[in-house]
Amino acid sequence: MNSRKIEIMVGLFVALAIAALLMLALKVANAGISGNGETYELKAKFDNIGGLKVRSPIKVGGVVIGRVGRISLDSEDYTPVVTLEISAEYKDFPETTSVSILTSGLLGEQYVGLQPGFSIDGIEPLRPGDFIADTKSALVLEDLIGQFLFNRD
Amino acid sequence: MEWFATLGAKTLGKLSGLGRASYLLFSALVAKPQPLKMFPLTIKQLYVVGVQSLLIILVSGAFIGMVLALQAYTVLVDYGAEESLGPMVALSLLRELGPVVTALLFAGRAGSALTAEIGLMKATEQLSSLEMMAVDPMRRVIAPRMWAGVISMPLLALIFSAVGILGGQVVGVDWLGVDGGSYWSVMQSAVDFNKDVLNGVIKSVVFAFVVTWIAVFKGYDCIPTSEGISQATTQTVVYSSLAVLGVDFVLTALMFGS
Repeated sequence: MNSRKIEIMVGLFVALAIAALLMLALKVANAGISGNGETYELKAKFDNIGGLKVRSPIKVGGVVIGRVGRISLDSEDYTPVVTLEISAEYKDFPETTSVSILTSGLLGEQYVGLQPGFSIDGIEPLRPGDFIADTKSALVLEDLIGQFLFNRD
Repeated sequence: MEWFATLGAKTLGKLSGLGRASYLLFSALVAKPQPLKMFPLTIKQLYVVGVQSLLIILVSGAFIGMVLALQAYTVLVDYGAEESLGPMVALSLLRELGPVVTALLFAGRAGSALTAEIGLMKATEQLSSLEMMAVDPMRRVIAPRMWAGVISMPLLALIFSAVGILGGQVVGVDWLGVDGGSYWSVMQSAVDFNKDVLNGVIKSVVFAFVVTWIAVFKGYDCIPTSEGISQATTQTVVYSSLAVLGVDFVLTALMFGS
């Protein structure tokens, strides 16, 4: 094998290793650029988001329809604002839709559950960027235990 | 009495071996380095040591990731915690299995070949003839091989971990039905670049050093007969595997302990 071919193979090997490092750095260690397909955004305010994370799934009746895009704090009333990125094929949820933060299993990851509301005349569909009014916060186990102990007396 | 004499002779023999190994390391790497002249030779060795080990690394990385996902899933699913599959696979690959298994495979695949090659060079008196031509075999033969080993193993370990995580995704997400977004997002929140990825790379640099050093030294120091070469090759694989596992414990205790 001549030396040029060897050089090319070694270059390929090093390039492959750099690609692996990039993948480990961006996709495994850090939130990289990902996601595919068209999405639109809805927003929701919660009192407490518990352990919800960016890229947690959004489910309707167990079907994943999107991902949590951004989590931030409203600068005026200091409540968490969660931006929901929902696949464009599921659009026109009615205004009466409610959203809650649920836990999969006893110790599992938290996800956003969307409960589509009724739609009759006079009820507008949600537009991209709208706030969902009806929200239920995450269940925090410590609060629940505290309530239980308090109510026993 | 005789027993003591044998013990003393063995100890002295080991000590002189260690001394020769240190001398080899010093004269190959530290004394009078000539990077420009060595570079083409190192490229050639990178091909032999690194590129030719790529296939075994890719295949075993994929399968180890897949097995890891399969085994972890059966336990985690009982607790409804199968979303933790991502960090489980990624952390065990990045911290332990990537560097260690790569080093063990490397010792078997490339280390033994290095020993046999250098040993045969010694047996056929090629090393002596290089010296006769006033070419330093340390720089011409030993140093490029050492550098190639030290450079290529961390790269192989990175590829191993990346392929393993993808293999884990194939089994976990595509076959067993763990949510793909959770697999990656929980992994991303659990894996830290400096703490996990870089420490893994540091580990594999140390392993590369140990394995290549042992392989090159065993070849250079072998008894120049066919039997001696076969013995040296076996010793390379055995010693470097044991050294890797031992050093791994020390490094893990230093990096992740307490």
